[in-house]
Amino acid sequence: MSDGMVSAGGCAAGEEGSRGPGIDCDEAVHQLYHYLDGELTEERRRQIAFHLDLCEPCSAAAGFEVELRQVIANRCRDRVPDSLIRRIAEALEAERRRAGEAT
Amino acid sequence: MADQAQFAELAMEYMPALYSAALRMTRNVADAEDLVQETYLKAYRSFGTFTEGTNLKAWLYRILTNTYINIYRAARRRPEVTDVEDVEDLYLYRRLAEDNGGALSRSAEDEALERFTDEDVKAALESLPDAFRIAVLLADVEGFSYREIAEITDVPIGTVMSRIHRGRRALQKALHRLAQDRGLVASVPAGD
Repeated sequence: MSDGMVSAGGCAAGEEGSRGPGIDCDEAVHQLYHYLDGELTEERRRQIAFHLDLCEPCSAAAGFEVELRQVIANRCRDRVPDSLIRRIAEALEAERRRAGEAT
Repeated sequence: MADQAQFAELAMEYMPALYSAALRMTRNVADAEDLVQETYLKAYRSFGTFTEGTNLKAWLYRILTNTYINIYRAARRRPEVTDVEDVEDLYLYRRLAEDNGGALSRSAEDEALERFTDEDVKAALESLPDAFRIAVLLADVEGFSYREIAEITDVPIGTVMSRIHRGRRALQKALHRLAQDRGLVASVPAGD
């Protein structure tokens, strides 16, 4: 494990013992997916945003996660073969005719 | 109630997304094609049960996912893998930073990510067990919310969340291993 990279040391955002909006790096990193997914309560979201605003290492890590996600989404696109488009159109047409004959 | 005559007009635009998802699920072209065709036929037949104005894409994904699970998982007759190795947060970011002497500049970061090809990312995603692969696919490639994924896969939202998060971390590890295998990054086993 890489200590000290994204950790509470030297981070201004989550001062030890402080209550209120300050959360430490471990907590911010642990909630990062929820945060990036937009799946947090407004209060929680604001805490993380506050932390990321003040904490350079966590903010850089969050930026990486966002970029990585874009890379994953962009690299997983496949072109549909024309033959499949035709095949499905024909299958649907056959289905429609069969249903028409049945009624 | 949705009109069957409108089905093709409304549903065909989702074929590229459904086909890509089917390829990730089945991991081969022939099965993916059959899966997409079966999905469209089922969707057409039950289009009357689709509530107009609700999310057609999610509805189609639900049919795709169910069909995949019923046909292909059953055919393999293997127990479902419901676990994946737990990987630390920020796995890939930390490994890449280590390779860069501790810090990862924005340009080094872009460069590292640029090196992953389509085939790398697909292979890494396809290496995940079904449940995790489908959760990550629906979240990160298709952009569905936790709630939508819970509905698509018929799994409680807490389980969905855990599968997405653990699946993402496992994916990062798979990507890193691929990069090592291809000599893109240092392959010194860092406590691995």
